Amino acid sequence: MTEFLQQVLNGLSLGAIYALIALGYTMVYGVLRFINFAHSDVFMVGAFIGYYVGEHLPAGTVWGGLVVLAAAMAGCAVLGILIERLVYRPLRGGPTLNVLITAIGMSLFLEYSGQLVFGATPRAFPSIFPSKVISVHGLIISMNQVIVILVASVLMVALELTVYRTKIGTAMRAVALNPKAAQLVGINIDVVISFTFGLGSMLAAAGGVLYALNYPSIDPLMGVVPGLKAFVAAVLGGVGNIPGAALGALILGMVETFVDGSRFSTYKDAIAFAILIGILLFRPAGLLGRFATEKV
Amino acid sequence: MPKPLIALVAAILLASGVSHFSGHIDPYYLDVVTGVGINVILAVSLNLVNGYTGQFSLGHAGFMSVGAYLSAAVTLLLGQKLFGEAGGTELQQGLLFLAALVVGGLGSAAAGLAVGIPSLRLKGDYLALVTLGFGEIIRVTFQNVESLGGALGLNGIPNYTTVFWVYSVAALAVFTVVCLVRSTYGRGFLATHDDEIASEAVGLDTTRYKIVAFVVGAFFAGVAGGLYGHFKLTITPTGFDFTKSIEIVVMVILGGMGNTPGVILAAILLTVLPEVLRSVDEYRMVLYSLLLIVLMLVRPKGLFNFDYARIFARLRGGRAPGN
Repeated sequence: MTEFLQQVLNGLSLGAIYALIALGYTMVYGVLRFINFAHSDVFMVGAFIGYYVGEHLPAGTVWGGLVVLAAAMAGCAVLGILIERLVYRPLRGGPTLNVLITAIGMSLFLEYSGQLVFGATPRAFPSIFPSKVISVHGLIISMNQVIVILVASVLMVALELTVYRTKIGTAMRAVALNPKAAQLVGINIDVVISFTFGLGSMLAAAGGVLYALNYPSIDPLMGVVPGLKAFVAAVLGGVGNIPGAALGALILGMVETFVDGSRFSTYKDAIAFAILIGILLFRPAGLLGRFATEKV
Repeated sequence: MPKPLIALVAAILLASGVSHFSGHIDPYYLDVVTGVGINVILAVSLNLVNGYTGQFSLGHAGFMSVGAYLSAAVTLLLGQKLFGEAGGTELQQGLLFLAALVVGGLGSAAAGLAVGIPSLRLKGDYLALVTLGFGEIIRVTFQNVESLGGALGLNGIPNYTTVFWVYSVAALAVFTVVCLVRSTYGRGFLATHDDEIASEAVGLDTTRYKIVAFVVGAFFAGVAGGLYGHFKLTITPTGFDFTKSIEIVVMVILGGMGNTPGVILAAILLTVLPEVLRSVDEYRMVLYSLLLIVLMLVRPKGLFNFDYARIFARLRGGRAPGN
């Protein structure tokens, strides 16, 4: 029983990180209908900003940790908005495949310039938050896991409030529903898309810092695998659907943690894709997605 | 004899001629030339799926790995059994290699069929994701099969790949794809690409066309994988991850989807470019990715997508059509 609870806890914290990344994918897909491949590298940049800021702050304090998080989120929001403005906007309205390839190009660019600037060797991430391990009836709860789950929950509630209770959030939903009609009622679509990229990148940055805290080693290619899995999570929940992304990420985090603990652990990386294929074949709209019939 | 067949035979003869002198070519250049040929096969075969038929596959490297492993297994296991320590004559080795390539290609085609039947019901981004997923599953599976070397991969594969083999297969791939697309039957690929609903309305079995394109594409990817294995002499599962698939997709897109000459040129360019950029080694991949972005912004229809009719008309001094 303790082992089971332990795995649930581990799965929950992994799922929370996937959720933060998946939300960015799903929001961008919602408004622009394309897979932002560079998103996983924004996640990586977030972890690196956290690393550099964290070096200059006293380790192991709550306020220091929060400053690191805020810095990474602000930095990545700017990066996300810049990427959209410089690279994706000129291609908007063009064939989706071109945007997809550009996104892949952007992803490679961030990875390779990361190797150039940060160096290719993995680095140890400083423990910016107070690290403590609590043991309850043999259940080992690390402070980092608690922080991951806490921060992720706060951010997701904040996102939910932004999307459903603010003007810009309403505009985002309008653009996702029908970009042309949104423009007709006077929504500045450029501002909304920039905002969406900024918001998604902020969440990815938070995910990056939290991931680095829990798996304390960072390198320029660290985003690739979590990024792919987070996208799978977004599809699992129904791409373009915000609660769906969070749900999909939690499921994926749990399943992966349990597979990792079983004797099939070496197949851990394949599981995410097996789930992806299964869901796309049997319920292509995702768990919470609505199925749109195609009109001729 | 029809013209394309003559071209095919001529290309194979030329390849064997060049191969004869390969001893006199600098080994570095020979490496690059072989790499170019393998990439041409991969890009041309993927172009049948992504370009002509309009289905977005991101799993080509997965099929390549199936072919690479199968053919390497054939030459490693059978080679030892048939020839013993002596190693066999050149002809025997050639025949064995041919058999290995065919086995690799067929195995990969079977994988293509198995992947294609369920996933080709999906479209666009979703199909891309499912093929990506299958590619990764194939890779993880190879990583876990101990008899195939596991994560370390297969070593000591005999060095059978020559310019002759690579360019004969490349010529065969181009021949197959071009003839297939230009045949009466093959018009269906283009129709599926242009408008799936309209094609179905006039009675074309679009799913069948998609699967045929997928299987033929996978076959050549498998053969290319076999050539790759016997060229690098060692294969690891990580060499066939989705970055490799993306590399091939990029060739197809830069060449212009459904434009075989363009795709061949793009495959050559994108194989040679990293070599040229070796002098600025640190910045090589950064430049490569920047170039990709800039090209997509500046020439969204592919680098080599020219209006050929207009160019020819201008060369003849006449007015361009459509003006």
